[in-house]
Amino acid sequence: MAEVHLSKVVKRYGSLEVVHGIDLEVAHNEFVVLVGPSGCGKSTTLRMIAGLEEISDGELKIGDRVVNSLPPRSRNISMVFQSYALYPHMTVRENLGFGLKIAGMKPEDIIPRVDEASAILGLEKFMDRLPANLSGGQRQRVAMGRAIVRHPDVFLFDEPLSNLDAKLRGQMRVEIKKLHQRVKTTVIYVTHDQVEAMTLADRIVIMRDGYVEQVGTPTDVFENPANTFVAGFIGSPPMNQLEGVVENGGARLTDGTLVQMPEDIASKLSDGAKVVIGFRPDAFAPKGHSLHPEDRSLEIALPVIISEPLGTETIIYTQLGGKEVQAKMLDPHPLQDGESLTFTLDLERLHVFDGETGKSMRA
Amino acid sequence: MKFFRSPQATPYLLLMPAIIVILAVVLVPLLVSFWTSFTSYNLVRPDSLYNFVGLRNYKRLWGNEDFWWAFGRTVVFITIALNLEMLMGLGLALLVNRITWGQRTLRTIMMFPMMFSPILVGFQFKYLFNDSVGLVNNALFSLGLITKPIPWLVDGFLANFSIIVAEMWMSTSIFAILLMAGLLAMPKDPIEAAKVDGCNALQVFRHITLPFLMPFIWIAMTIRSLDVARAYDMVKIMTNGGPAGRTELIWTLMTRTGYQNSQMGMANAMGYVSILLSIAFTIMFYRNLSKARVFMGGAQ
Repeated sequence: MAEVHLSKVVKRYGSLEVVHGIDLEVAHNEFVVLVGPSGCGKSTTLRMIAGLEEISDGELKIGDRVVNSLPPRSRNISMVFQSYALYPHMTVRENLGFGLKIAGMKPEDIIPRVDEASAILGLEKFMDRLPANLSGGQRQRVAMGRAIVRHPDVFLFDEPLSNLDAKLRGQMRVEIKKLHQRVKTTVIYVTHDQVEAMTLADRIVIMRDGYVEQVGTPTDVFENPANTFVAGFIGSPPMNQLEGVVENGGARLTDGTLVQMPEDIASKLSDGAKVVIGFRPDAFAPKGHSLHPEDRSLEIALPVIISEPLGTETIIYTQLGGKEVQAKMLDPHPLQDGESLTFTLDLERLHVFDGETGKSMRA
Repeated sequence: MKFFRSPQATPYLLLMPAIIVILAVVLVPLLVSFWTSFTSYNLVRPDSLYNFVGLRNYKRLWGNEDFWWAFGRTVVFITIALNLEMLMGLGLALLVNRITWGQRTLRTIMMFPMMFSPILVGFQFKYLFNDSVGLVNNALFSLGLITKPIPWLVDGFLANFSIIVAEMWMSTSIFAILLMAGLLAMPKDPIEAAKVDGCNALQVFRHITLPFLMPFIWIAMTIRSLDVARAYDMVKIMTNGGPAGRTELIWTLMTRTGYQNSQMGMANAMGYVSILLSIAFTIMFYRNLSKARVFMGGAQ
C-alpha cells in the first residue's frame, strides 16, 4: 500500500520560491498526472517526491512514512526520466537488473524479475545490446522496465514521452496505460501535454507558476474548468474565451453581440459585472451541424475566415466579440473562405468566468 | 624526367616539401642515431662515427647493472608517480566539481604549478627538502616531531620519495583538469537514476561516475606517462642521480654517458632500448582506452 501525501510542500531556491505549498493526496494504485506549461513547478514537485530535490517546507508522506529527509534509495520509488537516463556502459539486461543487484539480491533471484519485465515490455530480443544500439522507443521501454523490476511503491514519470516522435508517443501512451493495468501501482506522471494527461490520468493536477489550479478527473477538468487558465489549457483546440459585460441575463460582447447565459449563473450576476464567457469549438457549430441543437444562447451569422477540413469534422475560424474564435462543424461539407454561415452556441456548454479573477461562476 | 611531368607525379610533387622536411628532421637523425648505436662513436673523436662494432654496445648494455637499475627505477617511478597523481587528481577533480562558487578561479589557480619550469620546481624542492635549512625539516622540528634532521635528499629511498613529491606537486593538477573536463561532460541523469535505483554516494561513483571517467583517465595516463618517462630536469637539479646513483633514471644516465663520458654510441644504444619502454606504456594505455570507450557505450 502506498498513498502519497503532500501537505504544504514548498520549494525555494535561495529567496526564490518556485513551488508554493502544494497539497495533494494520491490514493493507492491511482494514476495521477501533473500537467502545466513549462516552469510551472511540476517537474520540481516530482523531483521532490523522488528525493532528488530537497523539500524546503511542508511534509511528504509515502505510505505511512514521512520521507522528507530520506535519500531517494530509501523511498522505494522508481523513476522514468525524460532522457531515459539509461546506464550507457551496461547492456539492457544489466540496466534492468542494476537496481536489484545494488539492493543485494542474489543473481538467481534477479533473473526471473528481469525476465518478467522484459516479457511485459517485449524486450527479449534486445537484452544483450547496449543502449547506444537501441532506438528511442526501445530505450524508453528499457527505462520503464528498469522501473518495474524493482516492484516499487510508487512510479514516477518525468515527461517520459516528450523525446519520441508523434506516432511512437501515441503507441507508448497506450503501452503505459496497459502497463498500469497490469502492474497495479501508484503512478505520478509529469507532462506538459494535455492530451497525455487526459488519456492517461485517473486524476489530473493542473499547475501554474507553482500553484495547483485544479485537481479532478479528466472529464471533470474538461467539463468544469475551475478558471480561465484551466479552460484554455485543457482541450484541443482550446476553449474560446471572450470578454463581456452582464446585461439582462446575458453577456454583451465588445462587438455588441448579446450572448444568453444559463439562468442559474445569470441569477448570480448583476448588470454591469465583467465576465469572460468560454465555449469549446464543438459547442459552437454551424446550424444543423451541432450535437445539441435545442438550447441555444446565441444564433448568429458570421463569415468564415478560414476552414481546416479534418475529414470527420472541419475547424472553422471566424470572428466574434472582436476576437478570432474557432467553431467545429460535424458532418462537414466543403466551405468557401468568406462564406457566411449561421452559427449556434450551445447554452448548456457555455462557461462563464468572473472577469476579474478568472474563476468559474458554476461553482 | 618524363615521369615528373606526368599527372601521376602530381601528388608526390605536392607532398615533396613535407617529405623533405620529415626526412631532414626525423628520419635522417633517427637513422644516424641508430647507426651510431652500432659504433663506438665518441663525441671527442668524430672519426669513431665510422668505427662499426656490431652489437657490442647492446651486449655491454645487457650486462650493465647500472643501466638496468635505472631502467627498472624509471618503470617504478612512472608507475608510482602516475598512480598517485591519478588518485589525487581524481580526488581533487571530484572536490572542485562540487564547488559552485569560485570554481573558475580555483581552476585557474590549479594551472599555476604547470607554468613553472621543471628546473625551477627542482630548485624549489631541493631547498624545501634540504636537511639543514629546508622548510620541511624546520617545520617538523618546530612541531617537535623529529629531534634530528631527516636526510631527505641524501638517503636513497627518501631521495626517490622527494622527487616523486616534487613531480606530483607539479603535475597532479594536469590530471585534475583533464578529469574535470570529463566530469563536466558527464550527463546528470544516469547519476540521478542510480540514486533512485538505490545507490549510495559510493555506489554511484563506483558504478556510474568511474566508468564514465575511465576514457579520460586513460588519456591522461597516456599523455602523462610519456611526460614522466622524460623526467630529467628535476632529478638533475634535486639529486643529479645521486646519492651513489640511487635516483638515476634512464635520461640522467643517458646524458651522463653521452655528454659527460662522451660515449654517444653507447648512449644511443640505451635510447633504443628504452624506446621499448615508451612503446610498451603507450600500447598498454591505448588498449585500455579503447576498452574503456567500448565500455562507455558504443563510441568506437
